[in-house]
Amino acid sequence: MQSSIINADTSKPFGRKFSNTLYRKNNLFLFLLLTPPLLWFGVVYLGSLFALLWQSFYTFDSFSMAVSNDLTLENYRSLFDATNFDIILRTLTMAVAVTLATALIGFPIAYYMTRYGSRAEKGFFYIAVMLPMWASYIVKTYAWTVILSQQGILYWCINHLGLSGALNHVLQIPAIGGNTLATSNLGRFIVFTYIWLPFMILPIQAALERVPTNLLQASADLGAKPAQTFRRVLLPLVFPGVVAGSIFTFSLTLGDYIIPQLIGPSGLYIGTMVYTMQGSVGNMPLAAAFTVVPITLIFIYLSLAKRTGAFDAL
Amino acid sequence: MTSTLVKKSLIIAFSTSLIAGIYTVQADTTKIGQGEGQLDVIAWPGYLERGESDKNYDWVTGFEKETGCKVNVKTAGTSDEMVSLMNKGGYDLVTASGDASLRLVAGKKVQPINTALVPSWSTVDSRLQNAPWHTVGGKHYGVPYQWGPNVLMYNTTTFKTAPTSWGTVFEPQNLPDGKPNKGRIQAYDGPIYIADAALYLMKKDPSLGIKDPYELNEKQYAAVLKLLRQQKTLTHRYWHDVTVQMTDFKKEGVVASGAWPYQVNALKTEKQPIASVIPTEGATGWADTTMLATKAKHPNCAYKWLEHSLAPATQVGVAEWFGSNPVVPTACKTKAPGGSDFCGDNGFSRYAEIKFWRTPQAKCSLKEGCVPYSRWTSDYIAIMGGR
Repeated sequence: MQSSIINADTSKPFGRKFSNTLYRKNNLFLFLLLTPPLLWFGVVYLGSLFALLWQSFYTFDSFSMAVSNDLTLENYRSLFDATNFDIILRTLTMAVAVTLATALIGFPIAYYMTRYGSRAEKGFFYIAVMLPMWASYIVKTYAWTVILSQQGILYWCINHLGLSGALNHVLQIPAIGGNTLATSNLGRFIVFTYIWLPFMILPIQAALERVPTNLLQASADLGAKPAQTFRRVLLPLVFPGVVAGSIFTFSLTLGDYIIPQLIGPSGLYIGTMVYTMQGSVGNMPLAAAFTVVPITLIFIYLSLAKRTGAFDAL
Repeated sequence: MTSTLVKKSLIIAFSTSLIAGIYTVQADTTKIGQGEGQLDVIAWPGYLERGESDKNYDWVTGFEKETGCKVNVKTAGTSDEMVSLMNKGGYDLVTASGDASLRLVAGKKVQPINTALVPSWSTVDSRLQNAPWHTVGGKHYGVPYQWGPNVLMYNTTTFKTAPTSWGTVFEPQNLPDGKPNKGRIQAYDGPIYIADAALYLMKKDPSLGIKDPYELNEKQYAAVLKLLRQQKTLTHRYWHDVTVQMTDFKKEGVVASGAWPYQVNALKTEKQPIASVIPTEGATGWADTTMLATKAKHPNCAYKWLEHSLAPATQVGVAEWFGSNPVVPTACKTKAPGGSDFCGDNGFSRYAEIKFWRTPQAKCSLKEGCVPYSRWTSDYIAIMGGR
């Protein structure tokens, strides 16, 4: 009897035997299952990131314009040089402004979509929000250079509304203005906000969907004014969604290098700086040091968000 | 079906690598053999046309028929892109400008060519045969292809007569229409533009003693940066992208800027009131060289192309299509497909006034040394940022 079972076992096809072994050795199964994704994550993903970070400690000799393997902190120190620090501040300010603006615009849209939209309206809004994401990002940016130009449609509208005087006043405000809309920080801000808005609306919308309507009704029943309900009930519940959206808009603005090239005044952004340092100068170490900046900023941002309890509701 | 396909492609891959193995060994080719059937080229857009944009401009199809070398073109938008593509490898030829060519030579990405195997070498402009951007240690790392100036593009409604000086874009002044130039001029968004300012100062302030805009000592460099900071207050923006610059001339009220003949020709085609001039100070410019990769897999086809690239028909086609000048002077007399006087239009006779792009290096002809390109970059970034 015993021997016949063993015989039966050996006569089974290899695949079957293999799966039996796996069934008996759970850990081996787990190991085999997880190795490929872990390899991908560890080697390809983190490995390349750390290889890049490691380069930020290399020395760039500006006379021979060559990189040597001597380790130095000079690249990090030079991040605090006036010109380089300007670049960081410039990018950071824009990222914060764009994040706030997209949240302010995105929230009401998402709220209407979830609470008031009929089925057809919801479908329409989904398409309307997603539609810009189907077109190439570069084409949209180029389109904006035409829209914002002095003979473009925006100027045309402003002139016909008799607002050109007001626009000129706005363009004279130091940090926001510039020669024209297309070369001002205001123009760049408009384009950034337009491009990243869907990334803010969708997470907020998803968060709003999960808020049970009866909580809002209960709040009203207990005598809360709409503003109170919003502040004490709705916002805390939806805040993780806002934070999720803001991580997108914040980090995407920090790293972008196309819009700063095509629209707005001439100062470089972190993205364009990395591009220049890596591309035209071959100063990989400084480029690498610059890429550490957004990583650090996002870390700080996430820890601040965590402190406000944004992730507690997740 | 699929497996035969895989087998076939494996065989092809194997045999090409064999061929590559044989041919990459040759450092000094002495004789052109049979073509390998293929040629991979990195080029500026518009440099290798096969009649797809306009059937009158085709200098590739004939070459393919004659030699059996199928030409694959990979276009690159900037010199930096060309260098990085060459670093990746897998290409035979690259049409490199002076600000990329020496980097390629220094990086050992391109090999010296045997000019004896390019019969038309003798027809190349003698001024370009030993040009420093492709000649290193007496060896030629490529064959000149085309050259052109960075012109002063202007709006003819504003300027009834052509401006005569680069001062138009460097100094605050009233333009012929009585309004100031502030906010109506542009500068180039690249550190190499420092040379344009140096070129202007060379004539305007001889006491600085600038001999070559790519070789500046500390004192000269400081004066040039001062001029560029003044220019910053005048600029509408720093142009980076030819399409955006063309929009700015059409729709943003920009009336004068340094530009390439490409934009001038394109805007003229659109019937815009645009013309260009090389001012009295001269101009900076680019000179491109077709260079042979160190690990070229198809050297025989490459050598055949080098010869073909110098044929008058090729030279004339590129010159008229791209807005550049031929490196073979006799080509100026050949009739172009569009019938234009391309040598006259693109400034062929102004060769001596052009200071060609090259990478500024610390070691230079000045005994005190020169400011290297890396500092040009960081300082130009500061200036564009308003520092």
